[in-house]
Amino acid sequence: MASSDMPAENDVLRTVDGTPLKAALANASRRARIRAFILVLPLLIFILLTFAVPIGQMLSRSFTDDKFSANMVELGKWFDANGKAAPDEAAYAALAADLATASKERSAGNVGTRINYELPGTRSLFTSAARKADKLEAPFKEAILALDPQWARPDLWAAMRSASAAATLNFYQAALDRQIGADGNFEAAPENVQIYVKLFIRTFVMSVVITGLCLILGFPIAHLLAVLPLRHASLLMILVLLPFWTSLLVRTTSWMVLLQSQGVINDVLVALGIVGDDGRLAMMYNQTGTIIAMTHILLPFMILPLYSVMKTIPPAYARAARSLGATSWTTFRRIYLPQTVSGIGAGGILCFILAVGYYITPALVGGADGTLISNQIAFHMQKSLNWSLAAALAAMLLAAVLILYWAYDRIIGIDNMKLG
Amino acid sequence: MALPIYADPLERIWYYSYRVICALIFIFLIAPIIIIMPLSFNYEPYFTFTPEMLRLDPAGYSVRWYDNLLTFGMSAPDAVRDSSWWADVWANAKWVQAAKNSIIVGFFSTIVATVLGTIAAMGLSRPEMPFRKLIMAILISPMIVPIIITATGLFFFYSDIGLSGTYFGLVMAHATLGIPFVIITVTATMMGFDRSLIRAAQNMGAGPVTTFFKVQLPLITPGVVSGALFAFVTSFDEVVVVLFVGSHEQQTIPRQMWNGIREQISPSILAVATILVIFSICLLTVVELLRRRSERLRGVTPS
Repeated sequence: MASSDMPAENDVLRTVDGTPLKAALANASRRARIRAFILVLPLLIFILLTFAVPIGQMLSRSFTDDKFSANMVELGKWFDANGKAAPDEAAYAALAADLATASKERSAGNVGTRINYELPGTRSLFTSAARKADKLEAPFKEAILALDPQWARPDLWAAMRSASAAATLNFYQAALDRQIGADGNFEAAPENVQIYVKLFIRTFVMSVVITGLCLILGFPIAHLLAVLPLRHASLLMILVLLPFWTSLLVRTTSWMVLLQSQGVINDVLVALGIVGDDGRLAMMYNQTGTIIAMTHILLPFMILPLYSVMKTIPPAYARAARSLGATSWTTFRRIYLPQTVSGIGAGGILCFILAVGYYITPALVGGADGTLISNQIAFHMQKSLNWSLAAALAAMLLAAVLILYWAYDRIIGIDNMKLG
Repeated sequence: MALPIYADPLERIWYYSYRVICALIFIFLIAPIIIIMPLSFNYEPYFTFTPEMLRLDPAGYSVRWYDNLLTFGMSAPDAVRDSSWWADVWANAKWVQAAKNSIIVGFFSTIVATVLGTIAAMGLSRPEMPFRKLIMAILISPMIVPIIITATGLFFFYSDIGLSGTYFGLVMAHATLGIPFVIITVTATMMGFDRSLIRAAQNMGAGPVTTFFKVQLPLITPGVVSGALFAFVTSFDEVVVVLFVGSHEQQTIPRQMWNGIREQISPSILAVATILVIFSICLLTVVELLRRRSERLRGVTPS
């Protein structure tokens, strides 16, 4: 049923070999698309292998930990069969059997470590019980409780129940400062051991402060560079680009040299008599140090996008406003500032994204209260070895960064990212 | 931005105080980088200017910390400085080893990143590229994702497939981190590229390979080289991934600096820092010259 506006069969334009022109064009453009895609394909595969797969694997690790479930098979079976029931003689028998196996395979330490994540201080319970597991005899409940009455703790059994499956959300609970309570359910941890939520908030607050400082310092510089004649501007631009190209560790080291209590700034202040020799300012190993050093490091990331936007603003608008009677302040506020918003957005989001995930500078100058969430992830990776908790914290940080990245793409567009 | 003749006194005051404010911010930007240079010549192991240094007394200055860079880790640092002493430096000095490692890893990761990145940027800059924005977002993400997350992921991945502690693994990881810079700089160069030149070349009988090497590559070379320099600097300055996936032998310059700063910061670190600053001044000069050349090639005149 041919509609009236469709051309009749023999009206269709055809190429020399008889295919309809439309189809030939579609073919050609599909081939062009495939050719373009094939050029990108090797890099895409490379990035997937060296970047996406490792991060995916890390995310899966944040949901799993089989240190307990792989070693405590019998107990796992009992939990499967009995659910949340109170532990009976069969449960203790399974526990004794598993402890004996763990003692043989020398895995009691791993098992204890896993439960220790949930209930600090319980690792030794497992290692010492495993050492005596061979001598345990029925009735197992009395025998195990005789080793240590702590084995009757309901929160211990709740922790073992939740650890008996490899897949778990416990690490996210821990990352949100929640722990297993006495009744076996998750509850908010006591005030004094809540660290992660506070740390996330601190990371965000400090990133906002650093981004704000970068904007305050970067705006005048970018404006000056944009309005000066190009010859002078490119000379001053070197002063912005040199820090940008200088090693991060070098810049952090310089700030350590400047900020320490026996450092250059304090010496100058003492020499000028502004502070006494015993009243030297503590500007390092605290939040002040992190904020100063990171503002310096991220400043070029604010100046460069601002500059590229300001360069395109025609000065005629401001002159027109002045000639119509606006004061210089009104001209700035009503005419100039609105035209720089896209630059402020680009620089602001970029600085914020980089600040939220910063690791090196806070680790070196941050001390106790100037460290960020990245430093806590590194701590769990290298010191406490609670890798799943590190992965859970990293996943939450990653989610925050990806949301910001998406916003950056929506507002500015990734194509418009420029370097120098 | 000359001061207009109709400016009132308030505007005159603001005009000059604005200049002063900008000068102070420039000092904030550049002073930390400049100040370590004289301090690295300090005779004393302090991080501040000694009275001798302030009097410009030669006794207050020395190159002992630079010398320490060579002798640190040597088997016989106090021997006579003949050819065997230098051979000892080359074979054993910690900082020399670190420099060698940094250059090897940086060189190969730059090659991987530049070749793959340039080919991909050619595809990305074609108007017919499907899913352009999404793919671009994926390829830029190693620059955006916090380095600690990348390092954590690589740590798990490399321990599973047995790549941790290998140079191959390190080169791949550093190449990944350098790729966004290559993509950004090369696509930026391609944006100003006149695509009718390609059609002209094909019209005269050049195949795609000839067109690429004879027409496209010469025009985008400045972008490719500055992308490669960015990739090299990224690798040369990278410490977190090396800490997570590198073996104990794989000391690079940043890792050695990191250890030095964390354990006991000595003026030797300042000597290394000074050398690195001079290195980055050279790089900046090269990149700036390349940018001007690229603008000339593309017919962009400085406004």
